[in-house]
Amino acid sequence: MPELVKVKINGQEFEAAKGTLLIEAARQNGIEIPAFCYYEGFSLQAACRMCLVEVEGTPKLQVGCTLPVDVNRDGSPMVVHTESETVKKARKGTLEMLLTNHPLDCPVCDKGGECELQDMVFRYGAGESRYTERKVHTPEKQWSPVVFFDAPRCILCYRCVRACNEGMGVGALGIGNRGVIAEIIPNKHDHLECDECGACIDICPVGALTSGSYRYQTRPWEMNHVGTICTHCGDGCRTTLGVRDGEIMRGNNRDRSGINGEFLCVKGRYAFDFVNHPDRLQSPMLRTGETFEPISWAQAFDTIAKKLAEVKARGGKFGIIGSNHTTNEENFFLQKFARQGLGTNNIDHHRTGDLSTLFDALSGKSNALATVEDLYNAKAVLVVGADLSQQHPLLANQIRANFRHHAAHIYAVTAGPVREDDQATASVRVQKGGELAGVESLRDKLKGDGDLIIVFGDAVQGDALRKLVAFGDSLGIPVKYIGLVDYSNSRGAFDMGLIPRDGGLSREQMLAASDLDALWVIGANPLKSATLASSQAFVVVNEMFMTETARRADLILPAASAYEKNGTVTNVTGEVQKLKQAIKVMGTKTDLEILGSIAKEMGLNLGIWLPDKMLEEIRKTVHGYDVPLPILSTGGAVATQPLNGRVAALPGAIASAGDTLFTSGTLSRYSKTLNSVMEAPGALYAGKDH
Amino acid sequence: MAKKLYNEPSPLETLVVSKRFRLENSESLDTYLANDGYKAFLKAREMTPEQIIEEVKTSALRGRGGAGFPTGLKWSFVPRSSPKPKYIVVNADESEPGTCKDRLLIEYDPHQLIEGILIAALAMDSHKGYIYIRGEYRYLIEHMNRALDEAYKRGYLGKNVAGTGFEFDLYTHSGAGAYECGEETALLDSLEGKRGIPRMKPPFPAVAGAWACPTLLNNVETFSAVPAIIRDGGAAFAALGTPKNGGTRLLCISGHVNKPGVYEVPLGYPMMKFIDEIAGGIPGGKKLKAVIPGGSSCPVLRADECDLAMDYDTIAKAGSMLGSGGMVVMDETTDMVKVALRIMRFYAHESCGWCIPCREGTTWLRKILQRFDDGGGRTGDVGLLGDISKNMLGRTFCALGDAAAMPTISIVEKFAADFEKRLAKQESGLVGINA
Repeated sequence: MPELVKVKINGQEFEAAKGTLLIEAARQNGIEIPAFCYYEGFSLQAACRMCLVEVEGTPKLQVGCTLPVDVNRDGSPMVVHTESETVKKARKGTLEMLLTNHPLDCPVCDKGGECELQDMVFRYGAGESRYTERKVHTPEKQWSPVVFFDAPRCILCYRCVRACNEGMGVGALGIGNRGVIAEIIPNKHDHLECDECGACIDICPVGALTSGSYRYQTRPWEMNHVGTICTHCGDGCRTTLGVRDGEIMRGNNRDRSGINGEFLCVKGRYAFDFVNHPDRLQSPMLRTGETFEPISWAQAFDTIAKKLAEVKARGGKFGIIGSNHTTNEENFFLQKFARQGLGTNNIDHHRTGDLSTLFDALSGKSNALATVEDLYNAKAVLVVGADLSQQHPLLANQIRANFRHHAAHIYAVTAGPVREDDQATASVRVQKGGELAGVESLRDKLKGDGDLIIVFGDAVQGDALRKLVAFGDSLGIPVKYIGLVDYSNSRGAFDMGLIPRDGGLSREQMLAASDLDALWVIGANPLKSATLASSQAFVVVNEMFMTETARRADLILPAASAYEKNGTVTNVTGEVQKLKQAIKVMGTKTDLEILGSIAKEMGLNLGIWLPDKMLEEIRKTVHGYDVPLPILSTGGAVATQPLNGRVAALPGAIASAGDTLFTSGTLSRYSKTLNSVMEAPGALYAGKDH
Repeated sequence: MAKKLYNEPSPLETLVVSKRFRLENSESLDTYLANDGYKAFLKAREMTPEQIIEEVKTSALRGRGGAGFPTGLKWSFVPRSSPKPKYIVVNADESEPGTCKDRLLIEYDPHQLIEGILIAALAMDSHKGYIYIRGEYRYLIEHMNRALDEAYKRGYLGKNVAGTGFEFDLYTHSGAGAYECGEETALLDSLEGKRGIPRMKPPFPAVAGAWACPTLLNNVETFSAVPAIIRDGGAAFAALGTPKNGGTRLLCISGHVNKPGVYEVPLGYPMMKFIDEIAGGIPGGKKLKAVIPGGSSCPVLRADECDLAMDYDTIAKAGSMLGSGGMVVMDETTDMVKVALRIMRFYAHESCGWCIPCREGTTWLRKILQRFDDGGGRTGDVGLLGDISKNMLGRTFCALGDAAAMPTISIVEKFAADFEKRLAKQESGLVGINA
């Protein structure tokens, strides 16, 4: 326990841990000391001079963001005034100076209405300026498809520099020139080569850094803000979508509401834009020869119900391939539909990590799965066979933050250089298949750590995975695991039973079965990299776009994306979170509604197809999913623990799709922003050695 | 033929650190050795670090870079027993306008500087040092490098300094033209290859300086005074000056005097005597108007405030600073508006831009002064200049903001008449308005 000392702020006495920064001690007690450059979690700057406070016994005003709370030499408490006349006058003076070269173009600035400079000027009343000289002006610059910089608006708080360098581990921003013409500069002379995450834009207190997709589109107060979960990778970042007139204007997470705090990568911030791509399917389509004709939903349901009933009646062979993106409720309903409704176990999805072996290997252990928060608190983290900054940006961010704040020991056993190398106690380069030998070489170092989280990719599966867990057991320290899976609900698809257990056919086996009678693909694109052996199979595809698989369909149903539905998803670390519908795209239906409608049409009694009803059933039925609803519905994340027992081996292949930071399966093909970023000049940032 | 110096010496000087300046080949190691060179180092080698530091404390030597911090005290702050390497860093980033003494010490007597560094190294148990020389002193870097080469070749640097078995390596490092890098922590950042901006203190460089290791950082003149202190004893050095203001120092006098130059006088030397007798008085029999006593960042003294002894404490009592010893003398014809403008052009150009009050304030002041000088002055300007300066004073990250604010405040307060005269001229149409 840190020593508590008394501190008197604005006449009230508080207790604070000795050494706490005064600005934090004040905040903890509901007193705001204003600051531009101070940002919790990042290094101290003491540059903006807004947090100046009066400390009795000290002649000069003191900087609140760097002043540690302590008792005075005589043992009496520090006496601080944060809003005295002297302090207010100083802040007003500083603001007046800040505005001397500020363009004051608030009426057209993106930040207007949510600008920290505006707020401060309102508060301290520096609205009228004595500055009558010519302002320094430089033209606005575009640094990347998503990052614009307007230097005159910049107040040089260096938040962006730190967010990029310390936060993202990229370090693409710096400072050029000095004095009044000092400005933020990008790493490649006139443009950025970086993660394009946009953290610099969000963290900017003013409108100096603006987003290529959002700028000059709307005012902040015209939007509704919908907190939901990003549909791309498996990390489960909460993204707060700004919605105006049924259109998503931006994504950010400034309210730090999720497991990711403010963190988002390029996908979470920008890649919602596939929802209104012109190629979006907005009507059911029936194959007529080589082309498709739009039909009504009623007609589509009728056709599908009849066909499925017919195949079921004659004991035909079904194949059901579910999705890594659809909700738990949809997936649960889908497996009920398959097992109870159609009487088949031929149900699978694209499995991107060997969860069945992991759970089996961990059988008998409790609390062996790490959460996103655990990654931030662990004493040591071992990354095996994965490039987290490319595929799991949030997990990579947690590890960086852990190193920065707690000096955690980081280890990387990977095929190529990874960003974790920058902080790593040891990095080992291995050929694919050599991961275990690489891990073994770190044994002595790892044994000395207090606890450990092992994060591993699809390279470690089957026997290798069992050996990895055995290795963890042999270290003699608490070890937790994260088995990486690709997409927003990969883990949920597994947990909900989109797996070929009890003798069902795997995805590969379905596609290879020449006697398959009906194939239903819900939000997946298996035919991108495989062919369907059966020529007679009736193929139904729920999709947003005309994918390779949709092209083979007999009937295509236009599906809603994750941003257009309610429900829950389970992230890579097994944490369940709630999706909230942000928009509605005309002509589409959620997969749950589609499944429910067809079940009804077939006369199947599979329960009420409302997300909440289905979640109730999941909580009762699925092991580990009896999650507290109040946490879920208030936007929290609940960690689920899988069945603590043996898990049978499953047939079929396991392989990550190998997406990069800028790809996301089918979705990224229809994201204008992701495509523009990939086409941007210069090589994309991949790491220091590239 | 006598050696040509930058300025003729004065018989009234007390020569300690500049005593070899006049010798032929004064920069060579042979001349140095023939004139007391390395006696002090060999003596210090026989002393304990505590004894060395005690001697420096006794000498009442105060930092010659500007702040005047007691040198012995600073030396005692360095944790000598730290397992980390300890560094000696020499601040030769002499950039304060009006100051031009360190260049002479490097040019005329570089081995005295090296010996001073070596003695400090003995006291700190340090084995590596850097001389950070301002980029504009390109020729001095070459000069210093030649001296280092000579010292290495003759065994006064390297593995076995002067045959004593003490090991020390010394390097020069070039600044890149930033005044800010004369601030010790900005200098350290620059030395480490980073952008030269000041660091947060604490920790102070003594504890975590270069590469986060304990670092002793002093001015060229401070180190140059050390050999004499060790050789002749701290008490003898202290006795030259006044209490708490030991020894002599090099004063650089420029402006309206007949014999501008660098002169060595004891601390506490009367300012008027210095101007009139050593520097030869004001040309043309004009009257004194103002004096900047120690470099452009010091508050300006009116003529009637100048009858004082030049030591740190007396000048501080008069509301200014002895600073870096860069004295600028201004006669009665001087237009203080132009002086304020000239000073502020410097600070606006040199502000590193790190913190708001200095970055924006210096440029704002410069623009007002420029407009005023161009004939666009307004009645409220004098008050505004003072107000902006006071909004900077004490609120900036480092002392650069204060350095810009202090002279401005003193000029607008003491010489408001100069501004009013300009306004009156403007009104009578003598000056065109060019805002």
